[in-house]
Amino acid sequence: MSTDTPGSKATPPEETRPDAPSSAVPEAPAAAPTDPAAVTSGELDDAGEVVEGEAVGLAELAESPAPALEDQARGDLVATRQGLFGNTDTGDTSGFRGLQVSVVIDVPTERPYGGWFDEVVDILAEVLEDNGIAYGAAVRKVVVDRGELTLEIAREHLVTVCRLLRDEQDLRFDLSLGVSGVHYPEDAGRELHAVYHLRSITNGPRLLRLEVAVPDADPHVPSTTNVYPVNDWHERETWDFFGIIFDGHPGLARIAMPDDWVGHPQRKDYPLGGIPVEYKGATVPPADQRRSYR
Amino acid sequence: MSTAHHTSRTGRVDGATESTFVDGVEEDLDGAASFTAHGGDWAQIAEEAARLGEERIVVNMGPQHPSTHGVLRLIIELDGETVREARVGIGYLHTGIEKNMEFRTWTQGVTYCTRMDYVAPFFQEVAYCLGVEKLLGIEAPERATLVRVLLMELQRAASHLVAIGTGGNELGATTIMTEAFTAREEILKIFELVSGLRMNHAYIRPGGLAQDIPPGTTAAIREMMPRFFQYVGHLHKLIDANPIMKGRAIGIGYLPLSTAMSLGVTGPILRSAGLPFDLRKDDPYCGYETYDFKVPTSSDADAFSRILLRFDEIDESMRIVEQVMDRIDAQDRAGGSHPVMVADPEVRWPAQLAIGPDGQGTSAAHIREIMGHSMESLIHHFKLVTEGFRVPAGQVFVDVEHAKGNLGVHLVSDGATRPYRAHFRDPSFTNLQSLAAMCEGGQIADVVVAVASIDPVLGGVDR
Repeated sequence: MSTDTPGSKATPPEETRPDAPSSAVPEAPAAAPTDPAAVTSGELDDAGEVVEGEAVGLAELAESPAPALEDQARGDLVATRQGLFGNTDTGDTSGFRGLQVSVVIDVPTERPYGGWFDEVVDILAEVLEDNGIAYGAAVRKVVVDRGELTLEIAREHLVTVCRLLRDEQDLRFDLSLGVSGVHYPEDAGRELHAVYHLRSITNGPRLLRLEVAVPDADPHVPSTTNVYPVNDWHERETWDFFGIIFDGHPGLARIAMPDDWVGHPQRKDYPLGGIPVEYKGATVPPADQRRSYR
Repeated sequence: MSTAHHTSRTGRVDGATESTFVDGVEEDLDGAASFTAHGGDWAQIAEEAARLGEERIVVNMGPQHPSTHGVLRLIIELDGETVREARVGIGYLHTGIEKNMEFRTWTQGVTYCTRMDYVAPFFQEVAYCLGVEKLLGIEAPERATLVRVLLMELQRAASHLVAIGTGGNELGATTIMTEAFTAREEILKIFELVSGLRMNHAYIRPGGLAQDIPPGTTAAIREMMPRFFQYVGHLHKLIDANPIMKGRAIGIGYLPLSTAMSLGVTGPILRSAGLPFDLRKDDPYCGYETYDFKVPTSSDADAFSRILLRFDEIDESMRIVEQVMDRIDAQDRAGGSHPVMVADPEVRWPAQLAIGPDGQGTSAAHIREIMGHSMESLIHHFKLVTEGFRVPAGQVFVDVEHAKGNLGVHLVSDGATRPYRAHFRDPSFTNLQSLAAMCEGGQIADVVVAVASIDPVLGGVDR
């Protein structure tokens, strides 16, 4: 099962970028891949070159370089992987140890977005300008993927955007489906994402996703409870599990974990926990420590 | 031994707050007296309360009060019999299902999410599988979708019966509970026939179903229908014109439309406020647009209207069940093969279950194939079952009309064999937020009625 097989089922926003910098692999031709979209088909060739480069030393290769900055500006870096098996514990016997894959999702979409998406974005841009906010300052990027519209919003304008989305008569996203968090530890400077889903009942079946990315070092997002009171518990839950602080929330207390709990359990750097299970002399390690293929 | 102790402030005239420590415990609650009602002599506590003349007391209901639908905790500030403030404490049933799903394959995820709202497990299974299928860019075959609709509608009826039955039980009407559970039992028998289990089925899989429904399922449903409606008829007789029920539930747990919308309340509670919002009509999935059914509403926005609304929804669900059974029977009559899984071998579960001489298990033909004939089949089976399939990177959100409201699933994939993040927007979680709006200003006895009308299931609330 190769990495590109499931990708052929849909048009994924994923871009596999075999990243073999010349510093680590001197033998490799200086084909520094700059345009991720262009190298997707060249994966095997690049991988082949990297396999040759394995003679250089696995230790050098193991120091995986940070992904290029322009990639992160384009999409959200979810994971970087090495090899073909996706295992982390023991050696990769696939022969593709040098293959480096950066998984990037939510790459911005160019116009036209299709369907009602253009209309909603246009109206939002218009009412934002009416309120003295430049469209580009509030909406960082627009992503259309699998028939869903995602707007990444700058956190300082989140509450205004929510209010306009709720109140503007041509938008009327009147039902908030809450907030949840996603933790992308590899996406430097944008580790924590607060994800909002809004539904419009008034204007037919419309579902919209707002995303706010904040750095782990400064995990502050303004509270939207004044616009959507429903987000009260959802913001508490996101604080509890991800440590995103919603400024202006009426009582940002933990909701599921005990009040004196240390840490935020659904972050990726928080272990799953569990104890090894012993059965008839054999020991099964806990789920997060088992050998696994990603 | 802890005894009832208090801080008397009756002599204070300046209004200044001053912390007073008794046995090292801070007793200052904005000047109110505090009583610890355990381990002490009740007469002493009552005597002190009477002497102090404190009107407001804070009562802690739960966790695990029999009338609170599971491990729910209510902290209620009372002024006599009147609820001045109601706070909801949840989290006692938090089991980290979402986190656990990140460490299992996409297929194994069904086994986890089915345990969230354990009174209506099929909804979580279908919503999650629709999400995975959207990520994969595939669609389940027609037969699988028909069976999903069949099971979801039976599930809706079963879930509403629990809501009505436990609601009656909490008012002291045990017969309502036994009658509702007997009716639900008829549906659970069908679930047991189909999946082998009464709950926690893990029967719906990404790409389709674990296996087809056994022959004779529709006949069994048709056979149980009259009995089912007989029990539901008994419930109607017990509830509809019952003066005690009406006295307890009419006008109680009132939540008008504007409040319901701002609190994000969905499902029967929103529809009881008059808005016919139902995703099966408003944003159809699983082919609901092809079924003939109505979305019942009420404008009373109280607990009693929600009970009657749930009855109406049971009727509508059974109408859909009859229509979907006709389609399944038509497929069976037409003959030919009706796959319940996508054809793609990268996703499709390699084997179906079959009854063998030693019970149910992987079909003998498949065992012969992988053990005796094809090494590649064995490798494929092993890899797909242990490692799972990879799902293209991206994120999706899918919501379905759960028995209790809008169930949303947010899935993020990093292109691996496991979910990167799975979040469930559980309807009970969101609806439970409205409890304070329903209770405050009402009587303490009505809190239980309001909770019952929300019908929260704490397994879904806490996940």
